[in-house]
Amino acid sequence: MAVFDLLLCALILLVAVAAIVGKGLFRAVVFFVIYGVLLSLAWVRLDAPDVALAEVAIGAGLTGVLLLGAVGRLARSDADEPAEPIDWPVAVAASVVAALLVGAAIKITPGTGLEPEVRAVLTRTGVENPVTAILMNLRAWDTLLESMVLITAVIGLWPLAQGGDWMEPAGPAHHAQPGGVLSGFGRLLPPVALLVGVYLLWAGASQPGGAFQGGTVLAAAGVLCVMAGVVRAPGMAAPAWRLALVAGPAVFAAFGVAGLAWGGFLTFPEAWAKGAILTIEMALTLSIAVVLALLVLGPPQAGEAR
Amino acid sequence: MTPFAVTGALLVALGLYGLIAGRALLRRIIAFNVMGSGVFLMLGALGWHEGRADPVPQALIITGIVVALSGSALAVGLVVALARATGRQHLRDDVG
Repeated sequence: MAVFDLLLCALILLVAVAAIVGKGLFRAVVFFVIYGVLLSLAWVRLDAPDVALAEVAIGAGLTGVLLLGAVGRLARSDADEPAEPIDWPVAVAASVVAALLVGAAIKITPGTGLEPEVRAVLTRTGVENPVTAILMNLRAWDTLLESMVLITAVIGLWPLAQGGDWMEPAGPAHHAQPGGVLSGFGRLLPPVALLVGVYLLWAGASQPGGAFQGGTVLAAAGVLCVMAGVVRAPGMAAPAWRLALVAGPAVFAAFGVAGLAWGGFLTFPEAWAKGAILTIEMALTLSIAVVLALLVLGPPQAGEAR
Repeated sequence: MTPFAVTGALLVALGLYGLIAGRALLRRIIAFNVMGSGVFLMLGALGWHEGRADPVPQALIITGIVVALSGSALAVGLVVALARATGRQHLRDDVG
């Protein structure tokens, strides 16, 4: 399989070059999406299916929708930029960085890392998937703060709404052609995505998957529904959406505080760990789905139709 | 040693080039994402050993991918707001 790996690496680099220096913004975004899909293949080859799922769903999928939406909104000005000439001083500097990093990559000898340590305590974490065990138990602090970073991004994005738009549904108004591909798929795919999203959440305890991957699939289903005009985009006017936004971090923090009774913040006693992690993950999946959908749809732009 | 670690290193440099040399702000956001995923690939590939991947970098990378999206979403929001306010898609200093 060494030949396959080398070909995959060459393809990843080629597509990345096309995304960064190729002509036209729309093409750059398309190449970036392809890049994300190829990268997730690389993650499969590196025996990291959890990362592959996250990369293809978030890195390629949602980021792709976000960038395509931006290209669409910017189209009226000067999106069709000409090909840029190579900036040689920057190219030389980047080459030096490349040489240093490649040198480091070759010099570092891969060891077993922390894998044996994680395996040793895995039975006490409440889940069988080591990656989920780290995200939800061993390094739960990181995940708790990460879920708050996501909300911070939404808080940072919403002030960009103009004047009275603040309370309007997220993003520009969407109009899908009735009977077109988008309105068709917008009705066909969401039920399947709902099933896949919930499955990923449930499977995450013992197999690849988890709250982030599941939440992303649910967010994608929601974004698709909104773009197809099936449902109205969520807005800040309804308290239910705000509650959904903070439910995950709030439940997570509550369990963290409850852990104080067993010896420390975010400490889960062995017997309760599985239930606690599953409860947190369910709330977290809901919040991640809502947050990611809001981030991709963007701040309200009531006056502007896409 | 897998070829993916070297690929990750090259992606970081490629993203760095695009981040500095790119004119259109949207292009810089793409470059920033390529740079980030290059770091992830390097981290993950160096944690891979004889068919087993270290789960700790994997968890870090998943966290990183999600944070990169929230950063990108904020950046895209700012670029769209800039274009709406001034009609430009690049910073004033870059117009030469």
